[in-house]
Amino acid sequence: MDKTKGCGQDGHLSHQGLKLSTSGVNIMASMEGRDPSCSSLVKDALADHEKPGFKLCSYVERFSETHAGPIPIIKSGLGKDDLFSTFHVRWGIHRLNYTVAPGLYGIGNPGRTSEVLVTANFKLTFDHLRKALPHTSAWILVLDTKGINVWCAAGKGTFSTRELVKRIEDCSLEKIVDHKRVIVPQLGATGVSAVDVKKQSGFRVVYGPIRARDIPAFFKNNRRADQKMRQVSFTLYERFILTPVEIKNALKPACITSLVLFVVSGLGPGGFSFSGAWERGLLSVLALATGIFSGGFVTPVLLPYIPFREFAAKGIITGSVFAILLMVAVSPAINGMAGSGALFLFSLVISSYLAMNFTGTTPFTSPSGVEKEMKRFIPVQVAALAVSTGLWICSAFK
Amino acid sequence: MKELRYLDNVATLVLDEEKCIGCSLCTEVCPHAVFEMKQNRASIVDLNACMECGACVNNCPSGAISVSPGVG
Ligand code: SF4
Ligand code: SF4
Repeated sequence: MDKTKGCGQDGHLSHQGLKLSTSGVNIMASMEGRDPSCSSLVKDALADHEKPGFKLCSYVERFSETHAGPIPIIKSGLGKDDLFSTFHVRWGIHRLNYTVAPGLYGIGNPGRTSEVLVTANFKLTFDHLRKALPHTSAWILVLDTKGINVWCAAGKGTFSTRELVKRIEDCSLEKIVDHKRVIVPQLGATGVSAVDVKKQSGFRVVYGPIRARDIPAFFKNNRRADQKMRQVSFTLYERFILTPVEIKNALKPACITSLVLFVVSGLGPGGFSFSGAWERGLLSVLALATGIFSGGFVTPVLLPYIPFREFAAKGIITGSVFAILLMVAVSPAINGMAGSGALFLFSLVISSYLAMNFTGTTPFTSPSGVEKEMKRFIPVQVAALAVSTGLWICSAFK
Repeated sequence: MKELRYLDNVATLVLDEEKCIGCSLCTEVCPHAVFEMKQNRASIVDLNACMECGACVNNCPSGAISVSPGVG
């Protein structure tokens, strides 16, 4: 176990170093209910772990000596840096940098009988977990999931039996706790086989609740999760928080599409006209933006309230509403039915396509279902796009 | 997740009740309450809620469950 976790070289992380004043304050705040006299010890203990070329992560509170060497004990409360990184992660900025070094951590005052909670090394997952454990003492075993959350990593095979067994061995877990039990988040079950982990490491996997905030209740209930803790949810907030990345992922293809739109819009009776490209191009880009807003934001957020099961169909419904609004807004600038129809259809197709794309992000769509939906709707979308392009070019010749 | 359901009659989940040894692990790992224990055996109670994540398949000690997403 390395004692000082390299925290990444990013500029915004550089102030996370060993500033005793700030870490002192944090320590006091999170030491409520414990012996306050050890706060000075803590500072010394932290200073002991300074190493050239390494930076202590801001979430480390102190180190605990165990039979398997010193283990970093982390804070439960989130600091300013953590909230800042949350914002970045949600918008998909430098996503890969928001990782936690894999290995064993502790929270509270973990001892030989404390539970071992397994998690992913995605910073938000890690933050979520520690935030849920303000008055709990436990060990936290962070697997190397390449900075991806538990569920996605389990699907991709990085949150796996192999990785779990390897980490248990690497950190000599048997020297740290007297029991033979690890608590794996239920959503990790897609990548983990409890039987195989037991066979290979001797540790028994107990599946914990889906949501970190249910962990204290799970402990109180003798490590049993009730039905509610076992079922995924996909609330309005959960859907909303996923939309920034959806929109951001759509931006690059949208820029390329916009270029094409300007070119296509320039075609007219006199060959290519720059004024046409500009004026009509802007209109079509507006239709594109409407479609992105409708399919990438509104449809995901309002998902259960829009009729039909197929996401592509939901996207068409929302898309129509916004396309009508668009028509009302720009009708003075468009001449004739062909042009209006073209923009209407185009905005609809974008909305439908992006809504369909969202099937990849939800926790309830089966791959077989997605395949069926795509087989049905992609031809429709392609046909509508072709008609829309035809109409748009025609409308320039009037 | 009552209000959010995806397509019906597409899930490829199959349970061989003969092979089931009644450990109830599948009811623990499934995020959509697809299984219930009935007379010490697992039984599929909500097939259409299955998202083919494979958690049950991975953890069933007797190989009684299968899913084949993307086939058919
Ligand atoms: S594949 Fe996943 S959703 Fe389907 S029954 Fe198994 S655990 Fe439940
Ligand atoms: S996991 Fe397998 S053996 Fe255990 S109850 Fe489910 S089907 Fe039966």
